[in-house]
Amino acid sequence: MKTLSDLRAIKEKARKEMAAREQSAKYRVVVAMGTCGIAAGARAVMSAILDEINKRNIADTIVTQTGCLGYCDQEPLVQVAQADKETITYGKVTPEIARRIVVDHIAGDRIVSDHVFMQT
Amino acid sequence: MHRFHILIAMDSHTIAQGARAVKDALVQDLTLAGLAQEVRVVETGTLGIYGKGVVMVIFPDAVYYAGVKVEDVAEIISEHIMKGRIVERLHYRDIPAQEVRVDEKTPRIGKQVRVVLKNAGSIDPESIEEYIAEDGYEALGRALTEMTPEQVMEEVKKSGLQGRGGAFFPTGVKWGFAAREKSDEKFIICNADEGEPGTFKDRLILEGDPHSIIEGMALAGYAVGAQQGYVYIRGEYRMSIQHMQMAIDQARKNGLLGKKIFGSKFNFDIEIREGAGAYICGEETALIESIEGKRGEPRNKPPFPPSVGLWGKPTIVNNVETLANIAQIILKGASWFRGLGTQNSPGTKVFTLVGNINNPGLIEVPMGITLREIVYDIGHGIPGGKGFLLAQLGGTTGGILTSEHLDLPLAVDSLRAAGAGMGSGALLVVDDRQCVVDLVQNFVEFFVHESCGLCTMCREGNGRLLELLQRLTTGKGVAGDIALMENLASTMMRGAFCGLGQAAPIPILGCLRYFRDEFIQHTQGVCRAGRCKMQASDDTAAA
Amino acid sequence: MPNLNKVDTIVKSYENMRTPLIYILKDVQNEFGHLSEEVLTQVAKTTRIPLSEIYGVATFYSLFTVKSKGKHIIRCCNNAPCHVNGSNEVLDKIKTYLGIEVGETTADGEFTLEYTSCLGVCAVAPVLMVNEEIYGNLTPEKAVAILKDYKMKGSVHA
Repeated sequence: MKTLSDLRAIKEKARKEMAAREQSAKYRVVVAMGTCGIAAGARAVMSAILDEINKRNIADTIVTQTGCLGYCDQEPLVQVAQADKETITYGKVTPEIARRIVVDHIAGDRIVSDHVFMQT
Repeated sequence: MHRFHILIAMDSHTIAQGARAVKDALVQDLTLAGLAQEVRVVETGTLGIYGKGVVMVIFPDAVYYAGVKVEDVAEIISEHIMKGRIVERLHYRDIPAQEVRVDEKTPRIGKQVRVVLKNAGSIDPESIEEYIAEDGYEALGRALTEMTPEQVMEEVKKSGLQGRGGAFFPTGVKWGFAAREKSDEKFIICNADEGEPGTFKDRLILEGDPHSIIEGMALAGYAVGAQQGYVYIRGEYRMSIQHMQMAIDQARKNGLLGKKIFGSKFNFDIEIREGAGAYICGEETALIESIEGKRGEPRNKPPFPPSVGLWGKPTIVNNVETLANIAQIILKGASWFRGLGTQNSPGTKVFTLVGNINNPGLIEVPMGITLREIVYDIGHGIPGGKGFLLAQLGGTTGGILTSEHLDLPLAVDSLRAAGAGMGSGALLVVDDRQCVVDLVQNFVEFFVHESCGLCTMCREGNGRLLELLQRLTTGKGVAGDIALMENLASTMMRGAFCGLGQAAPIPILGCLRYFRDEFIQHTQGVCRAGRCKMQASDDTAAA
Repeated sequence: MPNLNKVDTIVKSYENMRTPLIYILKDVQNEFGHLSEEVLTQVAKTTRIPLSEIYGVATFYSLFTVKSKGKHIIRCCNNAPCHVNGSNEVLDKIKTYLGIEVGETTADGEFTLEYTSCLGVCAVAPVLMVNEEIYGNLTPEKAVAILKDYKMKGSVHA
């Protein structure tokens, strides 16, 4: 990258990719993987989600990670985002709850209401 | 629960104009009116209004009165307190200094405003493309192609940004010192040796948005003429180190670090230096010693690092949160930044909310928000219906705030007036199940562990303080111990070599000031909270 | 008898770094487990830094050790945010379970118990660190369960 227009080209491309990725996937699952999340068990949650998604051959969902959201006492936190809908943030997720999120919310379109921490 | 808090300014100006008499009249009249339980009168430091006679502010309405005389007190009580009507005659409106401003375009969550944390928790920190998609490196690109180094520095100066490591020194002014120096080499150091107990804002930024630090450091390098940067990260922060290293590699690969960045003549590169476990290395000269491969003992100042720093060269040491503000100031302009926070403390502050609180975690709020808003609105209060005992702001060396400070605006000047400081932004909330003496012992244990041992005041002083406290918490204390502690603590404050030894007594003296009775009780073998294991005397054993 | 040639290799790997002593000591400690007199003498020879200075650095930082330690290092936080959330109770339980005090190593060489400064995960206090892994929201029982796992498997993830 040598010029500002190079930078802006990358920006446009990245924005398009991020938008496309969100459109192609019905659900976007984000696991908070900061130190606080991991200390509270986020790694096991992430593997449970990936495992359950693989087992069920769910194709229209992407799983990514992000840093700490600032609600560290609610960790592990898992967000399920869907285009044009409210983002559901689940708090204090265990591997068992994580599997329920995949089965009920992602495969079955039913929010796991007893573990919702926030809707935004 | 008090319905109203009246904060009356007690500074040399207002005292000279009769503030004490007004306060006495307020207390007396409120008692006569049977309102003593509902209205609390609090002496505070300056409210930043001078030459207007006696000044006070009534919360929760945040109405300021100036030029108040003893004969006005009855009217304020009967009109404002009893009927909720503002006494227009005395109403003072020209109060920009403490007004909290938030512009409409900045994202917010409830009372939170996100500037420094705008990307943390929303982008993938391992992807430079996602950072760029959120306008990342745009500020660096514009600065290198459209601005001179002087213009970059001028913008930071105009923004009024103050160092977020705890000292709140104006960042632009610090840069100016290094820019003036003539030297073949200059360095930018990012101080990521976050070790202040209860503080984890820097960890979150390093883990969640590492490119914002790289961009801030490169802009600093351009402004002062430095070509090399170091990020000094404490060794315990494994994920911060990994994410930062990944970000540096990505930036190099994309030509955002290295030679001739954006086709300009500016060369800049960054390396990580890991700490090896020493709290004192958060002190900037100790940090520099550590990068030089030595024991992290503080240096004599002056000379200050902007003149003589790393390997003897001009060096800027900035905190992570400070650097995370830079790119946005360049991108959106100094006046945008000044539109956040208060007149004397522009911008936002990241606080970490810890201890006995329902909603602990990390928040970013405009400067000037009150302690009550943080603890009760954002933090959702104290668990188990317990009472608020005290808060400590700024980490273990931070000042002590009690319920009388709940409506104090948290800004640099107002806190200073109350004998506290913002420090690192750690806000430790302590509920009334806790024992103050036990807590102070915990603080001192920390200082004993973390004292680098260089000066006698800090090394021996903290050791002796701990002995005195151990006597108190085991029921072996005697009446003279409290005076001895006070004497020792104030001597350390004056005599210690660096900020650690000088600041260690602050929370101790604060607790002694506000909770003296509890210390006295301990000399009599009584611990209110029942946390101290007092040597049971024969009487108590029998009972 | 440690293979001191490894010290030379480590020192050489940092020849492009300015003032790399702390990095050298980290690698040397990783290689040999702890910074013995013998090893430090070799570092002094190779780097031409006085042994007294190197010893000063090795004993200043808490992540360095000049004594041999257990296989797993438990670092308990007892700073104020952990303290007001019950870290003492956790620490007491660990001490009883392992039968050692802070600063000691168990007879079987499995565990060394130490204090750590704040790890910056106070919202999940009380916390402790085993080797490089951090565990939060502890109770005395949870802490013991974690240590039992280490004893059985050698290491676990949260």
